[in-house]
Amino acid sequence: MYELAYSRPESLTEALALLAEDEGAQALSGGQTLMPVLRARLAMPSRLVDLQRLPELAGIRLVEGGIEIGAATTHAEVAASAHVRAVLPALADLAGGIGDPAIRHRGTIGGSIANNDPAACYPSALLALGATVTTSRRTLAAEEFFTGMFSTALEPGEIVTAVRFPACQRAAYIKFRNPASRFALVGAFVAQLPSGYRIAITGGGHGVFRWREAEQHLDGGGAMAAITEDMLDLGHFTGDLHGSAEYRHHIAAVIVRRALSTLA
Amino acid sequence: MTAMTAPMGKFGQSVKRVEDSRLITGNGRYVDDLVLPGQTYAAFVRSAYAHARIGAIDISAAEAMPGVVKILTGQDLVDGGLFALPSGWNLNSVDGTPARVGVHHALAVDTVRFVGEPVALVIAETRGQARDAADSVFVEYEELPAVVDMAAALGPDAPQLHPDIPSNRAFTWDIGNAAEADAAFARATRRVSLELRNNRLVPNAMEPRAINAEWRAYDGSMTIYLTHQNPIGMRLFFMMLLGLESENHLRVVSPDVGGGFGSKAPCYAEELVVAFAARAVGRPVKWTAERTESFLTDAHGRDHVTTAELAMDDEGRFLGLKVHTLANLGGYISTSNALVVSYMYATMLCGQYAIPAVHAVVEGVYTNTCPVDAYRGAGRPEAAYVIERLAHLAAREIGVDQAEIRRRNFVKAFPHQTPLVYCYDSGDYEGCLDAALRLADYAGFEQRRAEAKARGKLRGIGLSAYVEACGIGPSKLLASLGGGGGMWESCEIRVQPGGSVEVLTGAHNHGQGHQTVYAQIISERFGIPMDRITVVQGDTDRIQAGTGTYGSRASVGLSAAVKSCEKIIEKGRHIVGYMLGIDPGEVDFAEGIYTSAATNQTVAFTEMAGAAHAASSFPTDKLEPGLVATTFFDPPNFTYPAGVHVCEVEIDPETGVTEVVAFNAADDFGNVANPLIVEGQVHGGLTQGIAQALWENAVYDPDTAQLMTASYMDYGMPRADSLPEFGLAFWPSPTPVNPLGMKGCGEAGAIGSPPAVINAVCDALGIAHVDMPAAPEKIWRLCQERQEAL
Amino acid sequence: MTGITLTVNGREHVVEVEDRTLLVHLLRDELRLTGAHVGCDTSQCGACTVHVDGKAVKSCTMLAVQADGAEILTIEGLANGRELHPMQAAFREHHGLQCGFCTPGMIMMAIDIARRHPNPDAATVRAELEGNLCRCTGYHNIVKAVVAGAERMGEPA
Repeated sequence: MYELAYSRPESLTEALALLAEDEGAQALSGGQTLMPVLRARLAMPSRLVDLQRLPELAGIRLVEGGIEIGAATTHAEVAASAHVRAVLPALADLAGGIGDPAIRHRGTIGGSIANNDPAACYPSALLALGATVTTSRRTLAAEEFFTGMFSTALEPGEIVTAVRFPACQRAAYIKFRNPASRFALVGAFVAQLPSGYRIAITGGGHGVFRWREAEQHLDGGGAMAAITEDMLDLGHFTGDLHGSAEYRHHIAAVIVRRALSTLA
Repeated sequence: MTAMTAPMGKFGQSVKRVEDSRLITGNGRYVDDLVLPGQTYAAFVRSAYAHARIGAIDISAAEAMPGVVKILTGQDLVDGGLFALPSGWNLNSVDGTPARVGVHHALAVDTVRFVGEPVALVIAETRGQARDAADSVFVEYEELPAVVDMAAALGPDAPQLHPDIPSNRAFTWDIGNAAEADAAFARATRRVSLELRNNRLVPNAMEPRAINAEWRAYDGSMTIYLTHQNPIGMRLFFMMLLGLESENHLRVVSPDVGGGFGSKAPCYAEELVVAFAARAVGRPVKWTAERTESFLTDAHGRDHVTTAELAMDDEGRFLGLKVHTLANLGGYISTSNALVVSYMYATMLCGQYAIPAVHAVVEGVYTNTCPVDAYRGAGRPEAAYVIERLAHLAAREIGVDQAEIRRRNFVKAFPHQTPLVYCYDSGDYEGCLDAALRLADYAGFEQRRAEAKARGKLRGIGLSAYVEACGIGPSKLLASLGGGGGMWESCEIRVQPGGSVEVLTGAHNHGQGHQTVYAQIISERFGIPMDRITVVQGDTDRIQAGTGTYGSRASVGLSAAVKSCEKIIEKGRHIVGYMLGIDPGEVDFAEGIYTSAATNQTVAFTEMAGAAHAASSFPTDKLEPGLVATTFFDPPNFTYPAGVHVCEVEIDPETGVTEVVAFNAADDFGNVANPLIVEGQVHGGLTQGIAQALWENAVYDPDTAQLMTASYMDYGMPRADSLPEFGLAFWPSPTPVNPLGMKGCGEAGAIGSPPAVINAVCDALGIAHVDMPAAPEKIWRLCQERQEAL
Repeated sequence: MTGITLTVNGREHVVEVEDRTLLVHLLRDELRLTGAHVGCDTSQCGACTVHVDGKAVKSCTMLAVQADGAEILTIEGLANGRELHPMQAAFREHHGLQCGFCTPGMIMMAIDIARRHPNPDAATVRAELEGNLCRCTGYHNIVKAVVAGAERMGEPA
């Protein structure tokens, strides 16, 4: 790791000030992605501003029609939360499957979505459920928030403070694991909302996206079993050592069907 | 809360391990744990290119950085008299010429030949400072074309790695009899053939390589703390390569070692450079590999491309075998690799079968990849994979069951001289097969297959009947094959006046539980509790001689221990004879007590030990005081562990994911000293073999020769949730070649399991072959083809 | 350099560290608690697992300064003299270790698993060990040890 300075602000205001005054400063949440990046000397922030203990970013709250999760909430807390289990069990399952137990004890929802790794789990849940992201400056729909791989609508000095999800009992997430990293080679979050079906795919390579053709198929009364990759643009996928674009494309359809079949 | 207790040892019992107390409490002592007075830290500057000419190296910026003590380049090492790394085995080509060994400088001098090859070393006050400065050493490279594929490397357009080695061919070696094999093929009515790749693996001992080297200018001596399987062997290598005055000027200590699997047996460039650096700076220098460095530079395993052909009669009796293998050496020949790819490999190609005529050719090929060397099984897994895949195909060709084809061809009488040097001493291959089939409920398989089909899964079963060669020796045979050093093991037993025992052996424990098994066996012989026995290993200042641990050779060291015990007991008989005033021939010894049958008098082992040191009860001109015995045991033959592994897989045809749903193994390890430990060795070996078959694969980019799988993010390590619970059985045929009847068990799991898995996958899909690893996408595509064919 | 205060195995330490120092390096290099090991650089192997404020974390994936004010428990803090923690005893009893390098991390994770899943079955243990690599044992006996150790942790002392 290159030399850097570390700050642990006491309040959101202080954190924002630290980030504002130093262009090279970077927000640090759970650090479960950032630390390995720093150890590999792939990033050189001058300062890390630790958000993990900010009171403004803490807590899981039931809100009207759903649930709000503070950005500094760990995956383990989400997985174990009685509130989340009650309103959005699929999200608890998703959180309980990220990384491994030690990673889940530190990694946070805010950190995960701000990083927007194209193989991360959380972004698919936000997109499929139509979650809204609250930042230090504004509120954004998930669809506006995620702008491509490792890319979000966050501006310099802006941080995620909370994510709000609608309640949804009929939702499921399936992760098809990369056999080495155990990240999602492909992941699919399916949800049946009052407005209709929503399906989000992660792991494709360009960042999380909605599979609108499949949503329309289902909303039009099409059979779950009839969903195939023929309805999915291959261009969403890239290939690597662990799976070609064609394979990921195929797996996406398989796990969407399997996820849907658990909704009944 | 549970207190630890020290039991009496007994051969054959599952005694709990002695070494665990320190390891489960965080008191293990691994090399990186050690900090010496005046400690400095080293970081390597490594080539990012697979093949390049080195131009100017600018160290000025790095030298000026905080904490930097010294920076060394390849030229500094040459100027300082450091020798190049040798090949530890003399192999001759078919035409009688010696293998062509490319010059391997510990720090590259003019050319780099694989990604990660060390080019310079920075020594600094802290680990961070060393790493910071290493980033500021600027090396000019003139990139050269790189080659990864062996066939391409042998071709006319390939870049040549070493100036004096055309076609990148180090050797073309053969074994067996080509004319006899041709004749057998001419006679044969049926044949099967196969082209296969044995995938390259990264050993991944969990403890990364590490060294801490300390130079004493006042007498020109050095101590190195080294995570290694063979500290005594390394003393010789380092002494010679560094040009130290004598063995006594170098102490090598290998304390707790966090796994080896062969990857901590070579003499490595990095460690040699660090030792050189310690002398250059006059302060202790420590280097611990980061995992990425381990991936790039720990000697890799396997990487063969083989064509093989088996000739049979109409009943499927094996008549002849022809094998041609390209063995990827990497950029240089690592310490033992010339042995691994020749005699450790091709000698085992007959497997458990009586094949009268065999011919095998191995070509050693240089490529722009990390050097290859021994990895768990070291040649024997590659051989088992060839013959067991062929056996599977033979069953298909003849139309008989997988078990039946093997039964028809098993060696049935022992000793059995194979056409490939070795003479199998003992075994019961058919009995072992039956034991494995019972364990696996082979008879019930078709029902399980049908049940799986109803769930949409393709279930397959695969067999593998392996035999291997362990307990390497005798020395004379090895020397005749090209070896340089003796293959015996030593054991010194020192009995203290109070009756406690110190055992010194040149074998080295890095997870095998030597402290337990030595203590267990000696405890039983002497009739004293295990906690009175201390096993000393891994320090050349304390142990006179030895050859380390690899090749499942604990039986050799334990045999030396048993013989030393016998010497102690015999001397005790004489001492007790004097004590009781009777003839030593009338003194019996059992369960720790010397007894005179005539007088009913008894002397405990501990009393005898006291008397040996007091030296007052016997004439010291006739019997020396003290109680020490040393044995050097040179095994009269290898041992030949064998077994049958049965794997069942279920394949999800929609995703191509293969799950190992059952894995059963019946093994002949001869007598088993400690079943708990032996089972543990098998579990680990099976896991590495299953992982080779399904997940592990070191992949270099074919154009740039960059290692694509240089971390756990991309290299598929086996994890707890990817494996079944194993079913094991022992089917022992004790070997006559050592006094304990033990054969060795460390590598068996990794040898037998890969073909069992692939045979099961092929059985599930009804196909002839799929290369390892049977990764999901590959299997999915095969399922698609199968679907289309139906 | 930053001054921090943390409690390790019940003992308070006041230390000065570079901000970039990882917790595992503080433990190993400064406090000389070498039980936590570094086995990778990508947070995959789990050899460095310790408890921070009662939860298993990878001490290579956290800065020492982030542990300011925290309670740390390492492998060295489990046994009381010769009296082993039940999970340590279970690893010994079931031969859940060979070379011992991954073992401290395994045991710290196993205790965390047992706290979250009293009396876990083998499948749960296998899933929960996803972040701890072992190259020696094939996990077979580790799984047995964790199941048995968790059971003993649940028994009244």
